[in-house]
Amino acid sequence: MPTWTVIDEQRTFEAEIGDDGVLDPALLGWELKPEGLCKGEVCVPLRDSVVPPMADLGRLLGRPSAIDTDERVVAFAASPDERADALRSGLAPDFELPDVDGVLHRLSDHRGRKVVLYAYASW
Amino acid sequence: MWQALSTDLADDGLTVITVALDRSVDDARPWIEAAAPTHPSLIDTEHVVADLYNMVNVPTVVWIDEEGRIVRPNDVHYVSSEFASLTRFHPRKPIAALKAWVHGEAAPLPDGESTTPRLATWTDQEARAAFALGWWLAQQGRDEAAERWFVRAGELAPHDFTIRRGSMPIRGIDPAGPAFFEMVGAWAAAGNSYYLPLPDTATTPDDFEAEPVEELSFEEIRARIERGPG
Repeated sequence: MPTWTVIDEQRTFEAEIGDDGVLDPALLGWELKPEGLCKGEVCVPLRDSVVPPMADLGRLLGRPSAIDTDERVVAFAASPDERADALRSGLAPDFELPDVDGVLHRLSDHRGRKVVLYAYASW
Repeated sequence: MWQALSTDLADDGLTVITVALDRSVDDARPWIEAAAPTHPSLIDTEHVVADLYNMVNVPTVVWIDEEGRIVRPNDVHYVSSEFASLTRFHPRKPIAALKAWVHGEAAPLPDGESTTPRLATWTDQEARAAFALGWWLAQQGRDEAAERWFVRAGELAPHDFTIRRGSMPIRGIDPAGPAFFEMVGAWAAAGNSYYLPLPDTATTPDDFEAEPVEELSFEEIRARIERGPG
């Protein structure tokens, strides 16, 4: 089976994907069970217990995707519902990013102080 | 440009965290080194923060309180007047509002204003998947395939300039050149705004009367940007 590159938000890995376009959902953290695909407490039912091809799998799991069949790369973005729930909760989403020296910083390290988060770019 | 304010307000309990939505450490490095920040000055090559907070342009500022709650969502604040003659964003009201909040003299947001920013739709996130795919392909040197995905991402989320303008340097397009002005012009002609500031600290003509800024032509500003920071 051909080897594809899978971009799962910040994680990139290789996977075997056949002509049927089916990606093993376990690689995205979903387990195949009698009730469907499950992650923790959440299960989504599958029609005829069959894992659908990638584009439909993404739709089923709430994950928009971009699929390049010629280049054999697929990218899954974060679920818009998850992102919306996080922002509606009022809590500032946590993240960890490097500075120019490669030292990692977490937003939550600054809990207890007021924080101004300022995104800019050289462009 | 945040260094002075950060130093000023650090003892009053404020931490400034800047995040550069740039394609590499080397793109952001000259700006960061010129500012010599004492606050965390981070690089976000994968647009992690843009995705988490649904930021669609820069600059975007978010205020977060001691409990980690967003108290002022995505807003457009400039805290330096260096490019004000071009951007028409004056730093006067943002700086005053920030100081008042840090000193406990004013609420971070007027009563009734939501602390939730505009939320990303399915298509907005689909655009982020397309951008991630294009960016990965570009890093592999597969430029033609990358270009198709950058174009696709921009079509899916025409309001997302972290994608449309942010991809320009990767694609070999001048992000402050004709392609940029054509993009912004078309966007405005269709009745849209390139920046979406919150109303309470949005610039008004009296800001420029109260504190005049250096009036530079576009060419002068361009020359300064090309010379680099400092």
